[in-house]
Amino acid sequence: MMYGYEWDTTTWLTYTISILPIILIGLTVTLKAAAAGFAIALVLGLVFALLRRSRVKVISWTTAFVVEFLRDTPLLVQLFFLYYVLPNFGIVLPAFLTGALALGLQYAAYTSEVYRGGIEAVGRGQWEAATALNLTRMQTYRDVIIPQAIPRIVPAMGNYLVAMIKETPVLSVITVLEMMGLANMIGERTFEYLVPLTLVGLIFLLLTLICSAGLHRLQKALPKAGIPLR
Amino acid sequence: MNETNDPHIIEFSDVTKRFGILTVLDNFNFSVAKGEKVTLIGPSGSGKSTVLRILMTLEPFQEGKLTLAGTSYHEPGGKGPFQASETHLRQIRNHVGMVFQSFNLFPHMTVLRNVVEAPVRVLGMARAEAEARAIKLLQMVGLADKRDHYPVQLSGGQQQRVAIARAMAMRPRVLLFDEPTSALDPQLVGEVLSVIRDLAHEHDLTMLLVTHEMRFAREVSDRVCFFDKGRICEQGAPDEIFGQPKNERTREFLASVLG
Repeated sequence: MMYGYEWDTTTWLTYTISILPIILIGLTVTLKAAAAGFAIALVLGLVFALLRRSRVKVISWTTAFVVEFLRDTPLLVQLFFLYYVLPNFGIVLPAFLTGALALGLQYAAYTSEVYRGGIEAVGRGQWEAATALNLTRMQTYRDVIIPQAIPRIVPAMGNYLVAMIKETPVLSVITVLEMMGLANMIGERTFEYLVPLTLVGLIFLLLTLICSAGLHRLQKALPKAGIPLR
Repeated sequence: MNETNDPHIIEFSDVTKRFGILTVLDNFNFSVAKGEKVTLIGPSGSGKSTVLRILMTLEPFQEGKLTLAGTSYHEPGGKGPFQASETHLRQIRNHVGMVFQSFNLFPHMTVLRNVVEAPVRVLGMARAEAEARAIKLLQMVGLADKRDHYPVQLSGGQQQRVAIARAMAMRPRVLLFDEPTSALDPQLVGEVLSVIRDLAHEHDLTMLLVTHEMRFAREVSDRVCFFDKGRICEQGAPDEIFGQPKNERTREFLASVLG
């Protein structure tokens, strides 16, 4: 996508303006990867947390092992594994999907711990009341426990979202052309790294600031007692 | 559930309940007739709350037999701590309701929704019908005007009255009260007791009440059971137990609580 572009490196301002369109394309990739990764992390993290609390020992132990494995191996290794090793077994995933999946898997391991903490913080009395009303375990999670866990987990989830956004540049190693990878390529072409890298850094700063502010507002808007899901 | 001619709706035979090495109920025998109002009194740690918690399937027991309207809590070949499948336990729970010391209302739901939730989800009742019934129950406990409030906006006494309405919404045949007024400020106890007193007039409802409100126990119960160390030391009509207790431990206990 870079070929055919000429960049005006005469001043930092003209340089910035000339590379901005490409960096912004990279930004959309960054945002999409973070959004997809975080969506996977939110859903899969909850699944991990619930499976880990299963009363069937085989299920809870297996889940605990998977979660530990994902947490304790580097994202880079997981990324290379998914992208370069899985094809040996006939599974070929597009680069973007692989990246989002790897981010999602690793962060699901983190968020599952957040869910677990939030779920365990809901008092035993709530479980007992739900049992006395003959709600099933699933209904109890969905209608009673998780709605009350949500306000407690939002701050920690927000931190992971910010952390994940900052980690998206890793995806450039499997050829996902996100913001940082593009900035690097521009630098290689022009031998002028200062402007593109500064620009990318500033955009990341802006992104995380916006996220933090949004989370702060969300936290304030959420009722402390929890929100009914239906 | 099999209806038998047995007038006893609840029957504990030689039930033993242990927490680790601590034996809470030791070869416990106890039966309750249909519609009977029974109060359990005794020092703390004597096992009275455990009896209610076992009946509500919140606690398993290890040995002996417990039946509710002829259905055994343990299933033949049943697995897990409860020695029964979840399906079986849910059938039992269908007939039993419980009011807790700490109310345990769902804080994220309005008063109305607290009462409506289980009938809709568990009994499959239409929401409109469930709401109509819930409002009647809230009128019964004198809180219909609080239907859109959240539990945190209510006093403890009001919360407990909602909790009673919520339990009644499931149409239990047996209703268990586990120290329903112990967490309340003294001036709020009366309003909760008066709701329980109204329920005590329901002929078909079997009630088990663990309480330290001796005067109230004497007034509403058909029978009072004095617990000590996992056994019933003495039981009988309220006037007997409070009037002429025969057992030494009962006398000591009553002297200490009545002052």
